[in-house]
Amino acid sequence: MMNGISSEAFVLGCSAIGAGIAMIAGVGPGIGQGIAAGHGAAAVGRNPGAKGNIMSTMLLGQAVAETTGLYGFAVAIILLFANPLVKLL
Amino acid sequence: MGTGIVSRSVFLAQDVDIGITGYFHFDVGGHTLWITTTHVSLLIVMILLTVFALFANRAIKKANPEDVPSPFLNVIELLVELIDGLTKSNMGKRGVRFSNYIGTLFAVVLVCNISGLFGLRPPTADYGVTLPLALITFVLIHYNGFKYEKAGHVTKLFQPVLLTPINIIGEVATPLSMSLRLFGNILSGTVMMGLIYGLVPKLIQAFIWPALGVLHVYFDVFSGAIQAYVFCMLTMVFIAQNFPEDEVQG
Repeated sequence: MMNGISSEAFVLGCSAIGAGIAMIAGVGPGIGQGIAAGHGAAAVGRNPGAKGNIMSTMLLGQAVAETTGLYGFAVAIILLFANPLVKLL
Repeated sequence: MGTGIVSRSVFLAQDVDIGITGYFHFDVGGHTLWITTTHVSLLIVMILLTVFALFANRAIKKANPEDVPSPFLNVIELLVELIDGLTKSNMGKRGVRFSNYIGTLFAVVLVCNISGLFGLRPPTADYGVTLPLALITFVLIHYNGFKYEKAGHVTKLFQPVLLTPINIIGEVATPLSMSLRLFGNILSGTVMMGLIYGLVPKLIQAFIWPALGVLHVYFDVFSGAIQAYVFCMLTMVFIAQNFPEDEVQG
C-alpha cells in the first residue's frame, strides 16, 4: 500500500478514472447519430414532402443507435454511485 | 442498484441531489423494503393520469354528436386517433387491439419522463420501473409468437443451427436493451440537471432561469418525449414481427 492512501480511497479513485474511461463509449453514438442526421437532412432535401416520415424514422434509428453509449453510461454510474468494488475490500 | 444509490453517494457534494432517496422503511420477512422517491413520484403520476382519465371519461359520456365538440373533447379525440393511427400503421389490422395497451404505456412513460419539470425525480430513472415495463413487452412478444406461429416460434431459434446461441441471446437482450435505453436516457437527463443545480449557487440560479429552462426543455421534455415514442414504437415493432406476413402490411 502506498503511503498515506487508504485502500478504499485508492479503489474509489481508480473507479472514478474507470468511469471517465467508460464514457468514451459516447464517441460511437455521436458519430452514428451525426451520420443518421446527415442522411436525414439529405433525404428531406430530395423529398421535402416526406419530412414527417423521415423525421420519425431518423429519431427511432438514432435512439436505437444510442443504446451502446448508454451501456457505457450505466457502467460509469454504477462505478460512481453503486460501486461493487468497494464491498470487496 | 436501488439500494446502492440509497446507501452510498460517494462522490457528490451535499447539495447535489440525483440519487434515489429512501423516506422510510419497514421489514417484511427479513427483507427491508424502502419507500423511495420513485414510489412517491409514481404515485403522483398515477393520480394525475387517473384524474385526467376520469375527466376524459365524463366528457366522452356527456358528448352530444349533434353539437360542436368542446376543446377538451377535441384534444381527447386527437390523442385517441393518434394512438389508433400509430398502431394501425405499425402493426396492421391485428394491431388495433393493442392500441389500449400502447396508449396507456405511452401516457405513463411520457408523464413519468417529463415529471422532472414538476420537481419530481422521474420514476423512469429507476431501473426497477423500466425493467417491468420491458418485461411486459417481452411477455407480449412471446405470447403473440406462440399464438400465431405455434411451435414454429421455438424452431425459429434453431433456424441456422450454427446461430442458435446468437438467436437465444438476441431474444433475451430485447427487454434488457429496451429497459436500459429508457433508464439510461432519463437518468442521464436527471444527472445533468442535478449537477447543474449543484454547480450553480442558489442566488445565481434566480438570474439565469431562462438558461435552466432551456436545459429542462431539452433534457426532460425533448428527450423524454422521444424515449416514450421509441419505447412504444419498439414494443409495436417487436410484437408485430410475429404476425403472419401478409397481414402486417394491412
